[in-house]
Amino acid sequence: MALVDKNTLDDGGFRMSEATARDFIELLKPRVMSLVVFTAFVGLVAAPVSINPFIAVVAILAIAIGAGASGALNMWYDADIDAVMTRTASRPVPSGRVLPGEALVFGLILSALSVMTLGVLVNWLSAALLAFTIFFYAVIYTMWLKRSTPQNIVIGGAAGAFPPMIGWAAATGSVSLESVILFLIIFLWTPPHFWALALFKSQDYGRAGIPMMPNVAGEASTRKQIFAYSLLLAPVGMLPWAFGFTTAGYGVVATALGIGFIWYAWKVLVMPDSDRVMKPAKALFAYSLLYLFVIFAAYLADSVVERTLTSGVWA
Amino acid sequence: MIENELVTLTDKQKKARRSRSIAIGLGLAVLVIIFYVSTIIKFGPAILDRAL
Repeated sequence: MALVDKNTLDDGGFRMSEATARDFIELLKPRVMSLVVFTAFVGLVAAPVSINPFIAVVAILAIAIGAGASGALNMWYDADIDAVMTRTASRPVPSGRVLPGEALVFGLILSALSVMTLGVLVNWLSAALLAFTIFFYAVIYTMWLKRSTPQNIVIGGAAGAFPPMIGWAAATGSVSLESVILFLIIFLWTPPHFWALALFKSQDYGRAGIPMMPNVAGEASTRKQIFAYSLLLAPVGMLPWAFGFTTAGYGVVATALGIGFIWYAWKVLVMPDSDRVMKPAKALFAYSLLYLFVIFAAYLADSVVERTLTSGVWA
Repeated sequence: MIENELVTLTDKQKKARRSRSIAIGLGLAVLVIIFYVSTIIKFGPAILDRAL
């Protein structure tokens, strides 16, 4: 008699996975990951400590995988609301390409792997910050704040703001004022960025029952808050120059970018209630992406050029 | 009589499994290389300092 007499598998709650590697890569939210990689890279390279290039690549890779893992956990937990929003309905879990359990295990394994790799090969402070970021995004933001308060992306924005600080910590083994300012720039950038999106996608969020600011406080209040955050973001963007961490070159770029941000936010503020196309909100959303990319690129360029000049390479 | 009915994968499932297997293989290979090279770097020149 065989140990297993009958080994029948049917479709009753079980099916073989048809998920391809591409579906799992999609779980990592590659577009969000690219922003994380870029800002972490800036933090790591701008830090005034040289780090072995290979270890630097490992650090960036670990941070990217950690960010991706939190994205996978987010997609596992949010599959129900992703399914009813047009922007997210085709994601791997709601579309049925990846099973929820697969996404959960994938996210958990990659979280552990990225944190341990960063700790063992780089340093444990950056690993601890990465672990906290994953926890903050997956548990505090996704499981708690997102569905319970219109301040969800204000507080949850901290998760997206940590990468440059982690990059800085990977290079220096510490957290300093420079990295806190880089954190603050992304932290204050997040509300106007997402609320601009929420304005022209409010029906989507409303259908999913997510308490985004336009659905809870109304569009007029959201437009005012976008403008208020823009007024905060612009001077904070100039802080690295004000504190003497960068040259005037960065200061000029940051000032111009800040004025641009306030201008686009102003256009959103005065947008008529009857405007359903919401071109100003779409323009602010697009500009906010450009803003973040350019201000971090300027910070990176400034610190690299400054270091090159002071090291006497050109002397 | 022993009934031994096993799952027969469809072509789509076989293709997906192959794609996942390749990705896992590549991922593990990259991980091995990362840990190998990083260990050499962390040891530095001290890797040659050993009692004979």
